[in-house]
Amino acid sequence: MGAYRSNIDAIRALVRDSEVHRDVYIDPEVFDLEMEHLFPNSWIYIGHASQISKPGDFITANIGRQPVFAVRHSDGNVHVLFNRCPHKGVKIASEACGNTGKFFRCPYHAWSFKTDGSLLAIPLKKGYESTGFDGSQASRGLTPVKHVKIYRDFIFAKLNDGGLSFEDYFGESLSTIDNMVDRSPEGKLAIQAAPIRYMHTCNWKMLVENQTDTCHPMVAHESSAGTAVKVWTREKGDSTETPMAVQLYAPFMSPYEFYEKSGIRIWPNGHGHTGVSNSIHSDYSQIPGYLDKMIAAYGEKRAKEILDETRHNTIYFPNIMVKGPVQIVRNFIPIAVDKTLVESWVFRLVGAPDMLYERALMYNRFINAPTSIVGHDDLEMYERAQEGLRSNGNQWVNLQRLYEGGEKLDVTEVINGTSERQMRNQFHAWVKFMTQDMSERAEVAE
Amino acid sequence: MNEKVIADFIYEEARQLDAMQWNAWLGMFHPEARYWVPLEWQQQDPVLQPSLMYEDLLLLKVRVERLSGERTFSQKPKSRCHHLLQAPHIVECNAETGVFKARTSFFYTETRGDTLERYSGWASHELVAVDGELKIKLKRIDLINFDAPFGNIQLFM
Ligand code: FES
Ligand SMILES: [Fe+2]
Repeated sequence: MGAYRSNIDAIRALVRDSEVHRDVYIDPEVFDLEMEHLFPNSWIYIGHASQISKPGDFITANIGRQPVFAVRHSDGNVHVLFNRCPHKGVKIASEACGNTGKFFRCPYHAWSFKTDGSLLAIPLKKGYESTGFDGSQASRGLTPVKHVKIYRDFIFAKLNDGGLSFEDYFGESLSTIDNMVDRSPEGKLAIQAAPIRYMHTCNWKMLVENQTDTCHPMVAHESSAGTAVKVWTREKGDSTETPMAVQLYAPFMSPYEFYEKSGIRIWPNGHGHTGVSNSIHSDYSQIPGYLDKMIAAYGEKRAKEILDETRHNTIYFPNIMVKGPVQIVRNFIPIAVDKTLVESWVFRLVGAPDMLYERALMYNRFINAPTSIVGHDDLEMYERAQEGLRSNGNQWVNLQRLYEGGEKLDVTEVINGTSERQMRNQFHAWVKFMTQDMSERAEVAE
Repeated sequence: MNEKVIADFIYEEARQLDAMQWNAWLGMFHPEARYWVPLEWQQQDPVLQPSLMYEDLLLLKVRVERLSGERTFSQKPKSRCHHLLQAPHIVECNAETGVFKARTSFFYTETRGDTLERYSGWASHELVAVDGELKIKLKRIDLINFDAPFGNIQLFM
C-alpha cells in the first residue's frame, strides 16, 4: 500500500497555503483516490442537451472511472444512468453518441430497457419466476445517477450523496455559462459537430491550472503567436484589415500589464476566471449583422451589457473550462496520472450569423487541436513538467505569486490578473472534495 | 501536362517535406492555396464544419518560420517526417481547363526524440498550371482515424 490510501492527513499535507506537493501530479495512488473520491464528490459536466435533442438520443461519459450515459426519454426528460447492464455488467451504450430508438437492448443476453432506464423485457422470463428476482437490484433496470442538474442545457451530475447542492457548489460562477448562452439572440446554444480531441501526456490538473496562468502566454507562445504577428507585419503590405486568423493569434502576445489589469475573479469551491474587465477576446472585429440581432432580441442596453462581458477562461472545478466570447467548452478528461484527453467543443449561437461559428471553429483549431501550434507550445511545457517533477531535490510546486498571508478561503474576490490565487483556490477545493467522504485516520485505524 | 507529370509533382512535394526543405515546399503552392485536414468523414465544408487544419499561405508560412524559431521549445529536439506514397490515382487531367486532381494513399511517419507516430490516409491534390508550372491549389489530408485523439502533429502530411 502506498502513502495516501486511508490516510486523510497525508492527503491534506499535499497542499500548503502557497505550495503543492508534486505527488498531486505524479503519484498513481493519488490519481486513484481522485477517481474514487474527488470526481464522485464533485459536479461533473456530462454534455449539452442539444446533443440529445430527440427521444432515444444518448451521449456517454465517465465520472472518474465510472461510465455513465445521458439519454432523452420519450417524454422529453433527460435521464443520466450508469452505463452497465444490471445483468452482468455489459456497457449498454458503447459509442460516444447515437440514437437507440425506443429502447436499449443489451447485446449479450437481450435484456431490454426503456429510455428512462426501467427494465422492459427479459427473454425466457419464466426462468426468473419464484427466484426472488423481483427483489433484486437487477429487476429495477439501469441504475440512475441520483444527482443530476440541467442548467441552461448544460448537463451536470454528481455520483455521491452528501456534499453540496448544485446551486451551492457553483453559485455565482454560473454567470459565465449565462453569458455564453445570452450571446445567442435566441438564448440557445447548439452542438452541431464532434469535438477536437487532443491527447496530453501529463496530469489533468496541469491543463486546468494553465487556463488561468496569465504569465505564460507571452513567453511560451512567443513561438506561435509571436511568429504569427511577425509574419503578418512583414507580409501585410498595404492591407488595412487584419485577417480573422491574426486577430485570434495576436492578443496572446499581450504584455504582463495587460493581464495584470484585466484581472481574475475567484469564487468558492475552486471556480474562477481570467479576463474580468477585458480580455484577449475583447478586440475582435464586429461580425456584420450580429449586434443588430442582439439589440432586436434584448434591447440596446442589455445587448451591450452581454457583449461587453468578454471573460477569458472560466474554470468550473474540477475539470472544464468555458470560454464565452468564442463559445468553447474544454473538457479535461483524466485517463491516467500522466495522461489526459482534452475534448474541445464549439457551440453555435442559435440565431447568430454563421461567421461567429466560423470564428469559434477557427479559434478551436488554432489553439486546441493536436495540429495547433499554440497547443504544441503548451503541451511541451506540461510534458517537461511531468518529467521534471520526478526529481527529489525539490518536491514542491510553487504557487506563491501575489500571495498574501491569511488569504480568505472560499470567497468571491476580484484580484490582480497575474495572481496565482485561482490555482491556490483550486487546490483548496481539491482537498475539500477529495476528503469529503474520507474517514478521519483515527477511525480507520481501529 | 500529362499524368506522369502530375505524379512526379506529388512525389517531388513529398521529397521536399522529407528533406525539410520547407521554403521550397511552400514555393509549390499557389498564392490562393489552402491546406486542409478535415475532422469528418467525407467532409464537404471547411469553414462551418470543424477541421484539424484549414490554412492559407500566410498561416503555412507562420508554421514554417516557427519550426526554426529560437524559442520554439516544442522543436527542441526537432521533428522529422517520412512520406510513403502509393502511386497517385489521377482523378482529373484537363489541360484545357487547367485542372488537375489526384488522390494518393499514404503512410506518414513523424518522429521527435524517442517517439515515433504513424498515420494513414489519403492526400488529395488540386493543382493548377501557372505559366506551364504546376502549383498546389488545395491539398487535403483525410486520415483514416481523423476522430481519434492524437498527440502533437507538428509537421505536414
Ligand atoms: S449482460 Fe446484459 S443481458 Fe446479460
Ligand atoms: Fe497556453
